[in-house]
Amino acid sequence: MSTRDLLVQIRDLHIEGRSDETWTPIIKGVDLDLRKGEVLGLIGESGAGKSTLGLAAMGFTRDGVRISGGSVAFDGIELLQASASAKRHLLGKRIAYVAQSAAASFNPAHRLIDQHTEAPVQHGVMSKAESEKDAVRLYEQLRLPNPEEIGFRYPHQVSGGQLQRAMTAMAMSCRPDLIIFDEPTTALDVTTQIEVLAAIRDIVDQYDTAAIYITHDLAVVAQMADRIKVLLRGDEVEEAETRRMLSHPSEDYTKSLWAVRSFKRPEKPAPETDAVPVVSVRGVSAAYGTQPVLHDVSFDIHRGRTVAVVGESGSGKSTMARCITGLLPPFEGVIEFDGEALPLDYRKRSKMQLRQAQMIYQMADTALNPRKTIAEIIGRPVEFYMGLRGRDKRRRVDDLLEQIELDPAEFRDRLPSELSGGQKQRVGIARALAAEPSFIICDEVTSALDQLVAEGILKLLARLQDELGLSYMFITHDLATVRAIADEVVVMKNGEVVEQGVKRDMFKPPHHPYTDLLLSSVPEMDPDWLTNLLRERGVENIGDAASEKI
Amino acid sequence: MSVWLHIALWAAILFGGAWVFRWAGQQLPNPRTRPYFRDMSYAVAFGFLLAAAALYWTVQLYFVDRVVFFRWAVQGFLFFAAAGWAFRLLGRHVGTPGTRKLFRKMPLTAAFGILVILVYAVVAIFADVLAPFGQEQVFERVNVLPGGNPETGGDPRFLLGTDQIGRDLLSRLIYGAQNTVGIAFVTTCLAFLLGASLGFLAATLGGWLDQLLSRGVDVLMAIPSLIFALLLMTIASAWAGSEKWLLTVYMIVIIAVLDSTRVFRLSRAVGANIVVMDYIEAAKLRGETLTYLIFREILPNAYAPLLAEFGLRFCFVFLTIAALSFLGVGIQPPLADWGTMVRDLSQFINFAGVSPLTAALPLMAAGAIALLTVAVNFVVDWMLYQSSGLKD
Repeated sequence: MSTRDLLVQIRDLHIEGRSDETWTPIIKGVDLDLRKGEVLGLIGESGAGKSTLGLAAMGFTRDGVRISGGSVAFDGIELLQASASAKRHLLGKRIAYVAQSAAASFNPAHRLIDQHTEAPVQHGVMSKAESEKDAVRLYEQLRLPNPEEIGFRYPHQVSGGQLQRAMTAMAMSCRPDLIIFDEPTTALDVTTQIEVLAAIRDIVDQYDTAAIYITHDLAVVAQMADRIKVLLRGDEVEEAETRRMLSHPSEDYTKSLWAVRSFKRPEKPAPETDAVPVVSVRGVSAAYGTQPVLHDVSFDIHRGRTVAVVGESGSGKSTMARCITGLLPPFEGVIEFDGEALPLDYRKRSKMQLRQAQMIYQMADTALNPRKTIAEIIGRPVEFYMGLRGRDKRRRVDDLLEQIELDPAEFRDRLPSELSGGQKQRVGIARALAAEPSFIICDEVTSALDQLVAEGILKLLARLQDELGLSYMFITHDLATVRAIADEVVVMKNGEVVEQGVKRDMFKPPHHPYTDLLLSSVPEMDPDWLTNLLRERGVENIGDAASEKI
Repeated sequence: MSVWLHIALWAAILFGGAWVFRWAGQQLPNPRTRPYFRDMSYAVAFGFLLAAAALYWTVQLYFVDRVVFFRWAVQGFLFFAAAGWAFRLLGRHVGTPGTRKLFRKMPLTAAFGILVILVYAVVAIFADVLAPFGQEQVFERVNVLPGGNPETGGDPRFLLGTDQIGRDLLSRLIYGAQNTVGIAFVTTCLAFLLGASLGFLAATLGGWLDQLLSRGVDVLMAIPSLIFALLLMTIASAWAGSEKWLLTVYMIVIIAVLDSTRVFRLSRAVGANIVVMDYIEAAKLRGETLTYLIFREILPNAYAPLLAEFGLRFCFVFLTIAALSFLGVGIQPPLADWGTMVRDLSQFINFAGVSPLTAALPLMAAGAIALLTVAVNFVVDWMLYQSSGLKD
């Protein structure tokens, strides 16, 4: 590779972050080369320094973070020594950034197109009128609906997937040489993700823009990147061409990342036909105020089995959980527990009935009281339901901590803020177990976690199910998780059940068209997957557009 | 003409100096400062020059003979800064490892604030021991000058002199701490008990109870609070009749209720953000009682904003009491109170030209109020900074 093609050259970069009056290293001497028109995928777990490295390629660090050594050259310009005004000429014009949450990155008070034209006008690339015309062209290329008109809406008036594409259009507005994509599709549904991926790939290809694509999802990066660089705790693990990296990873860590999705539970025998289900939902309809969200939903959950409820956001999955727990009493239908109808409002349920059904939440951060120690959090249900106090309570808490594979002596007196994401989620599980329930609702319990950590949680849940005979209702939008842990699957769309059955049947055709759309939208590790899918279905038949047709 | 010339001269020095300053900075060989001066805008350089000029003027003014009060202010400022610094130094070397760590990270303002609050607390608690005379004790000689110099009409027994009816001012200042600060503290506690519990209740239950309480609070807040308090105190004084202590109790209740509206608003807002958390939902689904929810789940997470509000609210209550006393309906004579003292001694300010020390007497009571207010705010700022995510 000749140095003339090199767009970004990072050498021996060291970055430190300030925590508690000392500087701790975040990036420990990473090299990075990016040629013109090339897409580099950066992957790693959270805390690996992916985003920090991506930002450093722009010569930028977040507050409380400093570059302590090394060099960052962009097209021959040394960014770390460049003056503020020299950097101002580059950022936005030749280097652009697309953030994870487009909703948080757009100013809600201005129309999309006004924010779009700001950079070109500021940098003197185009006049306002020219830039507006150009915006419409970009919107069209990114396949946004009504490209003529969509720019005149406010950010809250367009959907998440559209907003992410508008953000990409905005990054493109000056035709930069380099765009940094920081997890642009992580917050999106699978069906929406795919159209954003296709749009980003096309436009980057068309304008021959170089890109750094940051993500933790291997299947996504396989579609987007020419080369992949794997990071672990601020160090480079390995770097290779995408195809070679996927087929022949050389390092153990990379291999373990590749193997994550292989976890799969053995199939369980079908329940006896006359068995009384633990939870039975019969014809439930519910509404928020006058807005109906659930229509005539029915399904059963049998002892020791896992029922996965899947669907995109807004399909009513979490509302279903609120109905079962009694937080949102349905206006129609029955919820039976062991064959007995439960009062619909949780306030009317007995302590015994409340104890039987527990819940594990998506965001462990908000699910644990930040001012209470782990022992207090887990101990409360032990005391409240079992009436244990003093030494008995302490022993039971220690047992529970051991059950979730945390060392009691080390974790008992910690606060939730002193735990990692996966450990917090484990504490959430322990709190549910402390009530000794027969049924647990898991609401997207792994979607906020890294893949390796998520796998650990799934294995733990599976083990607990086998040991304690628990029944799970597993709400998720991730079909890989469903494949790993579910016995039965319920597919929901717009508050209705479109298909349900045992897992084996669900992953085999023929499907309901919506199930088919969901299944085909899950990215696979094959680098040709997106190309093949687009060829097969056509650009009009992916994402929101396809979802609306069904 | 010469004034304009003067201004033009200074402007020229500042504008030209800023440019020279930046240029000189760019010539420095040090590679660390170089990018800083290179990227410095002209406005920043001008700001540096203006700050330097302001410092120069301050020093110049300090040595002008006539400007007594300014000199006292500068001396006071330096003294308090030194006291705060010494106190922080003490805290860093004495005490448990926990408090030492706290003091190591503490800014000077917070250390000063804590010191002042401690001193006030000691003075208020031990007023009986510290004060040389009783607060109601009347002496034969009136209007004794401060300073204790017999030749100019002073008396060494009365360090700060006496007031118009012959009461020792130092003793009254010390007892004032007890009365004013003590009553303000009780009132603020009452306001918090009332406001916080109702606020959390409204946030947790919502619905018609929330509407009822919130609209009621809106009505109370719509009336200007000092005028409303005056009105109510007039009614209360009719009820209390000749029982002076009863009037003080009425005052505490009236101010507490009026101030609890602000506490209600805050705790309802803070509580509303907490009740939507999943851990509250988990507790509700566990079947916990309302009392447990409010005091065990919500309150521990609301400590930081509530404590900060407590500091601020204490200042406002304190100022309200001083204001009411100044207007004559607050703490009743002969009890010493700083607000009343400012009113009673306000005539002394006319002697500023003759005897600055005499004129400073009403300012001393006012200064005692101001100092505590500033100190409490310093501590509150620090606590807010501690509890917010801004520190990293």
